Amino acid sequence: MAILTKDEAHALMKKVLSYSKADECEVNLTGTNTNNVRYARNAVSTSGSVAQTTLIVSSAFGKKLGVATINEYDDASLEKVVRRAEELAKLAPENPEFVSFLAQQPYNESHTYSPKTAAITPAMRADAVSQSLQVAKEGKLISAGYLEDTVGFAAMMNSKGLFAYNTSTNVNFSVTMRTEDGKGSGYITRGYNDITKLDTKKTTQIAADKGIKSATARAIEPGKYTVILEPAAAAVLLENIFFGLDARQADEGRSFLSMAGGKTKLGEKLVDERVNIYSDPLNSELPTSPWTGDGRAQEKVSWIEKGVVKNLTYSRYWAEKKGVKAIPAPDGVIMEGGTKSIEELIKGTKKGILVTRLWYIRPVDPQTLLLTGLTRDGTFYIENGEIKYPIKNLRFNESPVIMLNNLEELGKAERTVSGESFAHYLIPPLKIRDFTFSSLSDAV
Amino acid sequence: MTGMGTTAAMLAGIPGMGNPISPERALETVDVALKKQLADVALNAARSKGATYTDIRIGRYLNQFVVTREDKVQNIVNTESYGLGIRVVANGSWGFAATDKIDKESIAKAAETAVAIAKENSRLMSEPVQLAPQKGFGEVSWKAPIEKNAFEVPIKEKVDLLLGVNDAAMKGGANYVTSILFMVNEQKYFASSDGSYIDQDIHRIWPTFFITKIDPTSGKFETRNALSAPMGMGYEYLYARPQDKIKGVTTLYKGRYDMLEDAKSGAAQAAEKLVAKSVEPGKYDLVLDPSHLWLTIHESCGHPTELDRVLGYEANFAGTSFLTLDKWQSKKFNYGSKLVNIVADKTQTGSLGAVGYDDEGVKCGQWDVIKEGILVNYQTIRDQAHILNLPASQGCCYADNWSSVQFQRMPNISLQAGTQKRSIDDLIKGVKKGIYIIGDGSFSIDQQRYNFQFGGQLYYEIKDGKIAGMLKDVAYQSNTQEFWNSCVDIADQNDYRLGGSFFDGKGQPQQVSAVSHGSATTRFNGVNVINTARNIG
Repeated sequence: MAILTKDEAHALMKKVLSYSKADECEVNLTGTNTNNVRYARNAVSTSGSVAQTTLIVSSAFGKKLGVATINEYDDASLEKVVRRAEELAKLAPENPEFVSFLAQQPYNESHTYSPKTAAITPAMRADAVSQSLQVAKEGKLISAGYLEDTVGFAAMMNSKGLFAYNTSTNVNFSVTMRTEDGKGSGYITRGYNDITKLDTKKTTQIAADKGIKSATARAIEPGKYTVILEPAAAAVLLENIFFGLDARQADEGRSFLSMAGGKTKLGEKLVDERVNIYSDPLNSELPTSPWTGDGRAQEKVSWIEKGVVKNLTYSRYWAEKKGVKAIPAPDGVIMEGGTKSIEELIKGTKKGILVTRLWYIRPVDPQTLLLTGLTRDGTFYIENGEIKYPIKNLRFNESPVIMLNNLEELGKAERTVSGESFAHYLIPPLKIRDFTFSSLSDAV
Repeated sequence: MTGMGTTAAMLAGIPGMGNPISPERALETVDVALKKQLADVALNAARSKGATYTDIRIGRYLNQFVVTREDKVQNIVNTESYGLGIRVVANGSWGFAATDKIDKESIAKAAETAVAIAKENSRLMSEPVQLAPQKGFGEVSWKAPIEKNAFEVPIKEKVDLLLGVNDAAMKGGANYVTSILFMVNEQKYFASSDGSYIDQDIHRIWPTFFITKIDPTSGKFETRNALSAPMGMGYEYLYARPQDKIKGVTTLYKGRYDMLEDAKSGAAQAAEKLVAKSVEPGKYDLVLDPSHLWLTIHESCGHPTELDRVLGYEANFAGTSFLTLDKWQSKKFNYGSKLVNIVADKTQTGSLGAVGYDDEGVKCGQWDVIKEGILVNYQTIRDQAHILNLPASQGCCYADNWSSVQFQRMPNISLQAGTQKRSIDDLIKGVKKGIYIIGDGSFSIDQQRYNFQFGGQLYYEIKDGKIAGMLKDVAYQSNTQEFWNSCVDIADQNDYRLGGSFFDGKGQPQQVSAVSHGSATTRFNGVNVINTARNIG
């Protein structure tokens, strides 16, 4: 089954609901076509094509929920999947946290689909990779990269009258360019809804330049330094704040947003007052789905405003228990930036380190959101407003909360992809003082 | 990389793992004769389209997860993923296609697609695939030697166990507890144009919990995770016997696990952590328990000896390796002290990586990777063996699903126990200023596997050969070669235990695999310890 239109999805799910005998029934229908090309050592290593469609039926009797899935769509199969969900619901223990399904919600118009991305052909994919390989050959560098594009639809309908539908496209590209002697390495990652924004040749050239410039790096003493984090480096630290906005964890006293005496930091100043973080499904640079998998509308939400925690995310159960609006976790997060380019940030830096990528980020202490990880694929020493020389990679131990309190300057925000979670963000480059590096690494 | 983080992170991947089914359906199997017929369709179709080599994997991947918190069952998930993947060599290049439509026509079409992709890829090829020779085994089978199929145990028994664990933790003073049982059954059928038809039945289990204790006055909280190991075993792993327990500062488990007992200790230890002394940073001699050391072995021995990393195939994601081929060719690269013997083993009973044959039909075995501190070998698959002048693959090929293309994955990689009779107490007795670390915690290592940082679950200060109380805010940092050269003492075989990862990630698109790492308690001298406490107001 290919990508269904709104009408086709509506008709199919209406039929599924007609078989339901449960107190409540909800149907989620998704379909994706994903294609990828992977290359290493300047040649294609693997490529794949996966088409998947899934129909999920959730049936509830009181607070007992059963879920069943199928990927066949004839009438008998559709009825079978509904019966199976109902059987499982009857067998399930009562879940006191079950919340009745939602009625129809108002949704914004979606901007997540690009017809040009949906129309990509195997030849276009091969051409995009071939252009990247050409940069490697011309520069006598060794490339390893990955190109993946997805077109998909998602729809849901329930017995309370809710119906939602969305189509989306996505393309992710990343490439690492290493010098032949293994002494230099550069990386870049890009992600868009619209493939026409992706220029694999130009993008690969940036990684190639970093790879060449990062060769024969010098060692510096670990310690506290002023750093300029490129958006890809900032994203993997900041997303730990975005993922940690759950109100229940904070209320229960086991989050960096918890305070003594059972209080939370909601409404409290957490970071520098120049920090504004929000999500907006209608943002033209980072459009996201107007609804969530449980039918809630995604709206523009301010998470941190002028350094103060403005909103937390809630499950529908926890929101009901607390008597507040059930704000869902965002799909894409935006941090407001300034107007300066990375070059301008470097120009205004007396002594510091340019970090282009951070890697293997892991939590060390959930209480303070302390993280550890390392720089990778191009780290440079800055002196008197200029990049002086490449430096060896460093391990850091730093909390993004402390980091955003040590904010010096914000650059111009751009769309980036997390190398850890693969989520997309709009994040500015950040200039941070007293960023803690604790040891050196010989890795290139 | 190994993904073990929070409960939410672990559950996030469930929808992609398969379709929900009834528990009873997991006990059904697919007829071997039918699988052979389907396999022959693929082999013949691919050959007729020009493939010079073909393999097909027909896989049924079953998962069951039971998730509880405090007195509630949060989720019971049964999933099944059933389909097949066909891999071919045509025009010297690899091609792969997969389908969940198990009929002859769909299989022939998938085989045709795989050949077409291979031919397309051959235009961007730098050198043709060279496969190490592999004889066909005919029709053979392998079954994990489990005592009790976890999928046959009623859900109620599992729920009762977990709710009992939670009750014990809450009565012990915990504020919150989440407990989970993960169970996996891979029913894999492999056939190749070499003449193998291999039917395998693989089981894995992982019981675990997360306890949180909060001091409401200060707002501080501490956690204590289970000291269990994920195992290649059936439900018998949860039937602990007295002989499976190692008594000491806390009870440790060997081959079987007492979840209830560990939860009681866990609640008390989470409270103890809240008032423990914050570590003074500096150099310490570390005594590392196998429940902790497995992860250091995984990251600093397992990953750098993967040949695909060494060659650059993972450069864009997981990284490369400092163990370059010249170091192996020199036959004298000093990876660790003379005590350090690291063995790769795909046959170890009860381990996560144990199978009869890998995912390209190679019979599994064991081999030395580090011998008396010297790098002697890597981990290879069929298209890499020629690079090391090996006559055959070492059987390290694995795909996490029928829809994923198989590639080089880590076998069980383990540190051999000491040959002298040494107990944990003997090791601790010799330490003047040290820290005894139990359980795995935070972990991070660079992309070439030099610089790492690890935390744990429990830290005990050692002063003049005796345990002097609990510490907190501990993490150690080192360099792989320096660390393994500081290895000075290893307990004997009686203390040898397995740890492991259920979700080791690698590749683009990322695939997971499960792998075990064994060791006995081991001492490392003069390791740099940092204090991880911070204040965010």
